[in-house]
Amino acid sequence: MHALIQGLILGILTGGVYALMASGQTLIFGIMKVVNLAQGAMVILAAYFSYTLFADFGVDPLLAIPLTTAVMFGLGVVIQLVFLRPLKREDSAQLSLLVTFAVALLLEGFMSVTWRTTYRSINTDYANASWTLFGYQFTVVRMIAFVLSLVSLGLLFLLLNRTRFGRAVRATVQNPMSAELLGVESKRVAALGFGLGAATAAAAGSVYGLLYPFNSGSHYDLISELLSIVVLGGMGSVGGAVIAALIVSTSSAVVATMFNPTWSSFTFFVILILVLLIRPQGLFGTVERGAL
Amino acid sequence: MNVPALARGGVLTVALLALPLLGLEHWVLNLLIFTLMYAAMSSAWNLVGGFAGYPSLGHAAFFGFGAYFIGLWFQHHDVVSGYEPFVILPLVGLLAALVGAPIGWIAMRTRADVFAIVTITLLFVAQTLAFNLDDLTGGAQGLAMPTPPFELARFEWPFYYAMLWILLLSMALTYLSMRSKVGLSLDTVRADEDKALGIGIHVQGVKVLSFSVSVGLVAMAGGVWAYYETFVYPQFAFDPLITIGMVLMVFLGGRATLWGPILGAVILVPGQQYLAYKLGGSQLYLIAYAAVFLLIMLLMPRGILPTVADRLRRRRAVGTSSDAGPPTAAPPSAGAGSSVPVPSGGTA
Amino acid sequence: MSALLEITSARKVFGGVRAVDDCSLSVEEGSITALIGPNGSGKTTLFNLITGYLGADGGEFRFRGRDVTGSDPGRLYRHGLTRTFQQARVFPHMTVTENLVAAGGYRWRDLLVPRVSRRDRARAEVLLEEFRMTHVAELQAADLSYGQRKLLEFAAVLMSEPRLVLLDEPTAGVNPVMIETMERHIRERNGVGVTFLVVEHDMQFVMRLCNPVVVLNNGKEIFAGSPADVQQNPMVLDAYLGT
Repeated sequence: MHALIQGLILGILTGGVYALMASGQTLIFGIMKVVNLAQGAMVILAAYFSYTLFADFGVDPLLAIPLTTAVMFGLGVVIQLVFLRPLKREDSAQLSLLVTFAVALLLEGFMSVTWRTTYRSINTDYANASWTLFGYQFTVVRMIAFVLSLVSLGLLFLLLNRTRFGRAVRATVQNPMSAELLGVESKRVAALGFGLGAATAAAAGSVYGLLYPFNSGSHYDLISELLSIVVLGGMGSVGGAVIAALIVSTSSAVVATMFNPTWSSFTFFVILILVLLIRPQGLFGTVERGAL
Repeated sequence: MNVPALARGGVLTVALLALPLLGLEHWVLNLLIFTLMYAAMSSAWNLVGGFAGYPSLGHAAFFGFGAYFIGLWFQHHDVVSGYEPFVILPLVGLLAALVGAPIGWIAMRTRADVFAIVTITLLFVAQTLAFNLDDLTGGAQGLAMPTPPFELARFEWPFYYAMLWILLLSMALTYLSMRSKVGLSLDTVRADEDKALGIGIHVQGVKVLSFSVSVGLVAMAGGVWAYYETFVYPQFAFDPLITIGMVLMVFLGGRATLWGPILGAVILVPGQQYLAYKLGGSQLYLIAYAAVFLLIMLLMPRGILPTVADRLRRRRAVGTSSDAGPPTAAPPSAGAGSSVPVPSGGTA
Repeated sequence: MSALLEITSARKVFGGVRAVDDCSLSVEEGSITALIGPNGSGKTTLFNLITGYLGADGGEFRFRGRDVTGSDPGRLYRHGLTRTFQQARVFPHMTVTENLVAAGGYRWRDLLVPRVSRRDRARAEVLLEEFRMTHVAELQAADLSYGQRKLLEFAAVLMSEPRLVLLDEPTAGVNPVMIETMERHIRERNGVGVTFLVVEHDMQFVMRLCNPVVVLNNGKEIFAGSPADVQQNPMVLDAYLGT
């Protein structure tokens, strides 16, 4: 019982970070119908930025977030403009998938050359601190990560719901054609939306760097987990992604603490397959209206 | 009409069968083995990624499956003549196809992007399992195969012919499907799956069939590879770059064509080896590879063969219509009218 | 009681919007039934429900006396129920003949027979002749005019000798001559026993060709009767003009 609850706590705290990472990815899918396989690599890249700022300049990772976010936003816009915008063919969905895969490899290569492939971790002085409450352990870093993720998600929510840009994004997600008719410049929304997805990757990356040691290959672990979350949440639904992230991360944490960490990475795959069997459109996805 | 195709195939087969007799150096044969391997795997990937239009990113999972199957089998069986691993290759292919069928069935129920997600996830899960199930797979230590007892002068020959056999099998199956209802059905699925469903095409059936056959072939290549390398490590058997290699070669040569993937492999494998040689083991190699990939996608998304074929077709079409004039039997409305923008089609 | 297709209380809801709301209608064997209604009245959704492209949230669908609720499009097609799409969905990179053959249906065990067998070709040729498209048989569908593509899609669904064909705006976007051609083909086929259900905005076309006419509004059938009666009916006028 104790292990179960500890697993749940761990899972929920970690779930926040995954929710943040996945929300960016699902946003990109929602706006452009692009499955961004480079999302994991962007998270790790941001973690490296945050690492360098901390290790070489002594900037606390939490304070570095605004800076990394801004840089990654710019990078995201550039990636969209250079690599994704030129794809205009009928099978652009298929091509964009492969292009983002190539971008992931490009980023991985860049990171391996710049930071080499040794594992890095951001060791702040609070890295190993923890509180104990009712016999359950709460590490400070995880608490911070959780709160930060909530704050970032909150900001994202405000951006989507309270700004003109956010309205344009949501209109595009719901119906690209009528959004265009209503004067939404879908090209600009796509570029900025990809930037926004990259920016959430940046916030998530700083937090990820606090939690785990990472190297340039770590994005592979992230891709499959993030993609499972996005499918589970219903491809394009930010709210769905958040809930799916919590489900996936708590169940794999529970499996890890109760049984064996080996099987925890298998958990999300099993969940993915089960969801596709029972509800192919994901937990919160809807069959697109007028898809025919 | 199909005689030239068969003739081309025959000439290629004879030439490739005879090639080792020229007394090539070891490094050349080594390069040829890898070229054949990638040609075979690209050709196999093309069945599902090209013809059905479902881009699998997880084929390396089945490559690894084949490699580990052969690796594990010969932990418990002896290699005497040296040919035993080749003998059980069909079994490897069959098993992978059987494992692939339910996975394909689930992953292909939804759209192509979900399929890509499920397959790439499968790849990383498979890799994680290979790392973590140390009792079975030896984990990061890898698995050692018995050393092949072939005489040194002709050491590469059996592997060469095994890869060639898989390539020819894959091409024969591709040819067969293109000439039959399988190919016709896959063409409709690729073009417009909803419409295909509505005219009674066995959509799910042919998709799963193509996936299953495709991964079976790739697993066989993985089996030969493991024996040739004599060592199987998780990060090399389940390498995303293997998937990317197949995808890239098919895209370069031309999707849904018989010869495209082979052309892609012939261009890219030596290029890849050259890059690796020039840039060493350093990670610059990865950057160069990704850059080539991006260039191909952006500059020639349809691939070499379809681009060339289209140009020829258009030239021929221009030729005939100026010779013959408008067909007289045409209904009066044929070419005229319809200023309505046409959403589908477009050969551009 | 010779209803070929009978729909009872079909329902379909999209995120709170009742696109098809407790809709019942029937199509008599041998008729050319029109399905009309203002934009957003649920015609296309109803088409998608009937042909199995969408799952209904409720209601019963009977075709040839059998309950076919929940069947997928492929099964319905093999039963003899088929449709065309508003935008002439043909396979652009296949030849006209291949487009026809693909729609001709095949059994599992025929999977390895040639792509276009001699028998397939013979069947396709008959249709091509009927539709006067013999001269374009080997062209790619992408090279046809829009009107010809619509004709091709129509011809293709006839390959399987269907009992009921649903036509989604057969005249939209084609020129007057092609409209006449289309009308003639529908009549000819109807004459040999094929039943049609037609969604159409061109009222003259509907009045000339169809009987009965079913009017849909807000996802419900509000009227069914002869073309003459439809024009007189105040409810129909209300639905169209809005009150």
